[in-house]
Amino acid sequence: MAALCESFTLCGLGPSSGVGLGGGLLALEPGPDPDHVLLTDRGRTATLFKVSDQKPLGCWSVKHGQMITCPVVCNFETHEYIAVHDDKVLRIWKEKDINLDKVFKATLSAEVYRIHSLPSGGPVVLFRGGGVRTLDVLLEAPQQEIENVISDEVIKWSEAFMEGQQPVLTFATEKDGDFFVYVQKLKTNSLHRFKLEQQEFSKPSSFTAYLKNQIITLLCLCSNDCVYKVLIPLQQNTEEEEQILSRSRLLTLSVSGSVLKGTSVVVLDKDHIAVLGSLTASGEESKECLTIWNTKFQTLQTSKELPLGTSGQLWCYEEKFFFTHGKVLTVIMYKCETSSLAAAVGKLKDSQTPDVSAFVNWNTLGDEELVVSFQSQQSVDLKSESKMTLRSKRNSVDEVQPNDLSVGQLLLNLKDASTTAFEGELRQWMSKAQTPDLQATIGCVVTALVNRCRTNPKYYPRSFLLQIVQTRDLSYSLCPDLMVFALERKDVRLLQTCLQRFPDIPDEITYACLKLFLSISEAYLQGADVNLDSVICYIDMEFNNKEVKTEVVENGFSTELEQDIWGTEYTKETHLTNDGELCPVGPQKAALLNSVLRSAYTETFLLPHLKNLPAQQAVLFLRYLFYLYVKCSEKINTALPGTNSPSINQIIDWMCLVLDAHFTVMVMLPEAKALLSNLHKFVRAQVRLYSELNKIEGSLRELQRLNHQKDSQTYSIEVLEII
Amino acid sequence: MGEFEVHRVRFFGLVPAGVRCLACQPGGARLAVARTNGAVEVYNFAANYFQEKVIPGHETRSVEALCWTAGNRLFGAGLSGDITEYDLAQLCVARSVDGCGGPIWSMAVNSSGTQLAIGCEDGSVKLFQVVPGGIQFERNLDRRKGRILCLSWHPSDSHIAAGSIDILRVFDVSSGQTVQRIMVNYHVQKVKRECIVWSIAFLSSGTVVTSDSFGRVQFWDWEQGTLLESHTVSTSAVLSLAVSEKEDSIIVGTSTGATYQFQLLPVKIGSLEKRWVRTKPFQHHTHDVRAVAHSSTALISGGLDAQLVIRPLMEKVQKKGYDAVLRKFTFPHRRLVSCARKARLLLFQFSQHLELWRLGSTEETGKDGEVLPLCRMPEHLVQLKSKGPEHIYCSCVSPCGSWITYSTASRFHLYRLRYEGNSVSIKKVPKMPKLLLPAYQLQFSSDSSSLFVASAQGSVHVLQLLEPGGCKLLHTLRPPSGSSEAVYLLALSTDGHWLAAVSGDWVIHVYNLKCFKHHCTVPTYNCAVTALAIHPVTNNLVIAYSDQQLFEFSIPEKQYTAWSRTVQKCGLHKVWLERDSPITHITFNPKNPSHILLHDTYMFCVLDKSLPLPDNSALLMNQSTLKQLPETARQRQLHAFKICKKFQPLLFADLLDENCLVVVERPVMDFKTQLPLPIQKKKFGT
Repeated sequence: MAALCESFTLCGLGPSSGVGLGGGLLALEPGPDPDHVLLTDRGRTATLFKVSDQKPLGCWSVKHGQMITCPVVCNFETHEYIAVHDDKVLRIWKEKDINLDKVFKATLSAEVYRIHSLPSGGPVVLFRGGGVRTLDVLLEAPQQEIENVISDEVIKWSEAFMEGQQPVLTFATEKDGDFFVYVQKLKTNSLHRFKLEQQEFSKPSSFTAYLKNQIITLLCLCSNDCVYKVLIPLQQNTEEEEQILSRSRLLTLSVSGSVLKGTSVVVLDKDHIAVLGSLTASGEESKECLTIWNTKFQTLQTSKELPLGTSGQLWCYEEKFFFTHGKVLTVIMYKCETSSLAAAVGKLKDSQTPDVSAFVNWNTLGDEELVVSFQSQQSVDLKSESKMTLRSKRNSVDEVQPNDLSVGQLLLNLKDASTTAFEGELRQWMSKAQTPDLQATIGCVVTALVNRCRTNPKYYPRSFLLQIVQTRDLSYSLCPDLMVFALERKDVRLLQTCLQRFPDIPDEITYACLKLFLSISEAYLQGADVNLDSVICYIDMEFNNKEVKTEVVENGFSTELEQDIWGTEYTKETHLTNDGELCPVGPQKAALLNSVLRSAYTETFLLPHLKNLPAQQAVLFLRYLFYLYVKCSEKINTALPGTNSPSINQIIDWMCLVLDAHFTVMVMLPEAKALLSNLHKFVRAQVRLYSELNKIEGSLRELQRLNHQKDSQTYSIEVLEII
Repeated sequence: MGEFEVHRVRFFGLVPAGVRCLACQPGGARLAVARTNGAVEVYNFAANYFQEKVIPGHETRSVEALCWTAGNRLFGAGLSGDITEYDLAQLCVARSVDGCGGPIWSMAVNSSGTQLAIGCEDGSVKLFQVVPGGIQFERNLDRRKGRILCLSWHPSDSHIAAGSIDILRVFDVSSGQTVQRIMVNYHVQKVKRECIVWSIAFLSSGTVVTSDSFGRVQFWDWEQGTLLESHTVSTSAVLSLAVSEKEDSIIVGTSTGATYQFQLLPVKIGSLEKRWVRTKPFQHHTHDVRAVAHSSTALISGGLDAQLVIRPLMEKVQKKGYDAVLRKFTFPHRRLVSCARKARLLLFQFSQHLELWRLGSTEETGKDGEVLPLCRMPEHLVQLKSKGPEHIYCSCVSPCGSWITYSTASRFHLYRLRYEGNSVSIKKVPKMPKLLLPAYQLQFSSDSSSLFVASAQGSVHVLQLLEPGGCKLLHTLRPPSGSSEAVYLLALSTDGHWLAAVSGDWVIHVYNLKCFKHHCTVPTYNCAVTALAIHPVTNNLVIAYSDQQLFEFSIPEKQYTAWSRTVQKCGLHKVWLERDSPITHITFNPKNPSHILLHDTYMFCVLDKSLPLPDNSALLMNQSTLKQLPETARQRQLHAFKICKKFQPLLFADLLDENCLVVVERPVMDFKTQLPLPIQKKKFGT
């Protein structure tokens, strides 16, 4: 849930208070240090503030007659400030400089639109004509010629990101009601132009964007009171002609009849956005509001009325909103927590199982020629048609416009492309994929990726695969190669995600995962990126980290036996919990094992595989299960805390399975003896407790019956007084 | 007022029969209930859910389904294979038609009430046309193997959905063909048990709702044959299902005794998309809930624990009143016990036999609340078994205890009893006069010289009892304007001068027995009469109605008494009016004319007319408060209603003499132990 916290005034903006001189704010940029912001007004002044102290630290003005035309930014590497006045004159100074007339000055050959300063990439200058230079390049020859890229389009918005080591600048332009998006990669000096899909009555009025997984997600606030999402793939290999970016509606800004006319939008996290605008209910005066919306559940999370009016601008740095409210610049802090449905309805429980839904339109998957059996993106209506017509459609695939390539065709085309081109093309294709049977198509893409990895052992698009598995409702049967491949590569994170997401993993694969997880050394897992959600609530991480190095021989359990198959020496980690019980595995391994415990299986099919598990691993696994079982039994509701943690039934079922599979071996193993006897004692204690409880229940019931029997003589003569 | 010696009787071993099926009359005025012993009852919603009509059961006539058809005709069908029409005026079976398909498991009526569909053991679904004077076989629908356990018509009458074992089928009514078959256990893995579709409903949207033995309530798209939604409500079977008229609410009953309401609710406020959501769980029953019904304002469920529960939907109830009360009916709204005051005998009526008991006695006296030692134990004198499969309609023992009479649907019996020392001899009276049967109520005169038989069409037969053991028909009293309804209640004056008779149209006729003439009619009151009695001294007729109103009507003066007018003017106490069970018996204290004794299932009340009526601010049930007050302070607190709730559930209460009371209780636990064990749920352990 997101919430707005306390607010305070950073500074006044009136003519008397010194900042802004009534002209309003041009922009707010982050200062050289955390908690610092740089304010540029629509006049001659830039001011540096320390936010928490509400105190100006420095103020610089240009001469009368001059005007700052581009927000002042800070070069984070050199701690210099950069400003442009009168469109073309560049000024660079340090904090100790007072008079801007005397600082470094360079006159440029073209008008500057904006300077973006990136934390590790240096400032990037965007010119009105669409040209882009890094500051370093520009300063080498200030008078160098700047090309005009966009002719008579007007830049509406721009933003810069770091993609790996490379700065990426994206900006949006408008011409005659059409909107275009440009993506400029500075290192490779490649520029891509996209056209934004045009929709009637919905002109974008404000933009914001973030970069994740090599995809720029552009959010635009449109005049029809909706927020649209546009995915722009960064990896463009083909120098094709203009591409059209389709947009999907992310959110409608309306709450119970009232509509929010948004003016600015910022992204808070993956599920939350903030919108500044005026809320208009029918028949009522509109009120300006700052609102936070949850895009996952399409709900308004919180809002704050701003009765004194705003300038429509909204900035957000370090969990703080900045905006003008009346004649002052106001700062509001906010909190954003990951949203879940339970949290949204106010019922966050510890143990909730996420619903895995994977619905596949099986009709679209032919028995043969899997690759070419996918329908083109545009033929939505195909869904209702029969399989017969589908086959005929398949034959006519050549007639389809090259732009509307089916994925099968696409994959065939890319067979011989370079790996980067291949991946880029797929990313791009997926970003606009809106096909009705997405799952089947994605399955195909994954298969293609895996095949390519097989042929090219050096190629492994891990994050891309992870992203696909996480975001799409895939299933095992759609891409049977994926998990086998991940097992080969020992990619535990991918396996964990697959186990959590896929509803139909064969028992053989489940077993293979279990075996792999048990055999991997803890040292290797220390560095592995594993989702620890399921263990974080019952294994004490802090404690673990301290205790990692201790070697404890416990219950006759020798470390030498724990030599793992990769030959690295096994350091046994012990994890003391509150009451002294020891977790036999590290948190990473525990999380991985939990994902196995939670996956679906059939006893009869799993058991033969489980018999092959090496005895030492079986003992370790049983120890971990026993540990979980004890943990579960601590609580009255016999459930482990945290999300995605296994239920007591799952734990007991697995315990029985392991014992069934290895009982004779366990009995023989000296190191398992203590464990088995502990387990036996514990279970016997529990059985006793429950049988006692049942006895008590029976006795209470009998008492109730006796009580009833006492006055159930069939006949009596009593005296009754009625007054 | 005084102390009473209370004979507290708990040896009446009545086990009420479980509720087998329910049917709401279209329009929602009445509810028909069939019990496992074949009895059919009609409850009137408007008359405060009074059990208005009872048609006793029959050994071979089980009822599996009930339907109201056009013209408010009631049909039942059962495992005997017959479709039976009930005569609700004469309270008997009007006619019976063989369904020709073996035992009938289910029956459903179409929306216009003109066609009946029955589901048979042999897997056939047969259509019958409802015609005046009976039903007519129309056609068979496509027959497949497997008994048809439940049926439902589509509201447009074009299709019928039928539930069987493991499968549900949809028939096209015009062609008679199966147009869809759906395997209901298709989605369950490792199925070894069969899945019985216990109940089905066809919604106008084309959704078929089923409840099955796996504890699921499922929603199907019949055209696609696909499962739309599945809700597992119970680990045991969901036996019954009913849909509201608006199709926005469903009630289901399970074999654990729980009932659940499902409601069709928008996904979010203002959204057009709606989903079925399980909203309210209720646990009113301890045993299988075999039948549920959904009236416009209430959820109704009936279980094998013999309870009929009417749970009002508070959001549908406009104001707090009769409709807003949760009602649980376990016992019939009529007397099954008659008492011979002078001989101190009790006659208990069971479905197929009678028991005559003599009360015990004591020689001690004591203070309030004391149990007195018995000097003589109660004695079971006679058990009289009714021959034949028919159940008993009514019975009576004469005040002197020497006559017993009872009636079944086709036979009427009178017995003469003689007591010699400790032995009892019983002799059947031969050559009974031919009467129009059945008799709905029997009553002996106070001097045991004549017997009054309430009969059909508003008539009352007067029989003269002859020594040593005979009788003859003296006269038949008929209402002057005629009536089609049967007489269900009788009241005799002690002096043998007056007789009041209430027929099913709730009109009370008063007859003069000296000249066998109609004397007058009590002004009609728009509610059912639940009990009435004539005062031995004043000859005032006291009437209790199902809306809990009390009236006193002076027979000689043919008008309401002054006290009755006062009661109407002041109004009865709110708490009194909000009671949910009707007064079933009224009697008087011969020594104190101002006392009227009334009782319902949960209380008995001595109404002292000489005391002021309580107003709504006063405490109605003030007996325990009064007991704590000193003598002087009591006087100010006294009011007319002296209520005792000590004895529950109360089947009968009567005054034997001025300070001797008899109460017959039937503790619910006593008969529940005789029911099969309910499904046990383990509380501890995994």
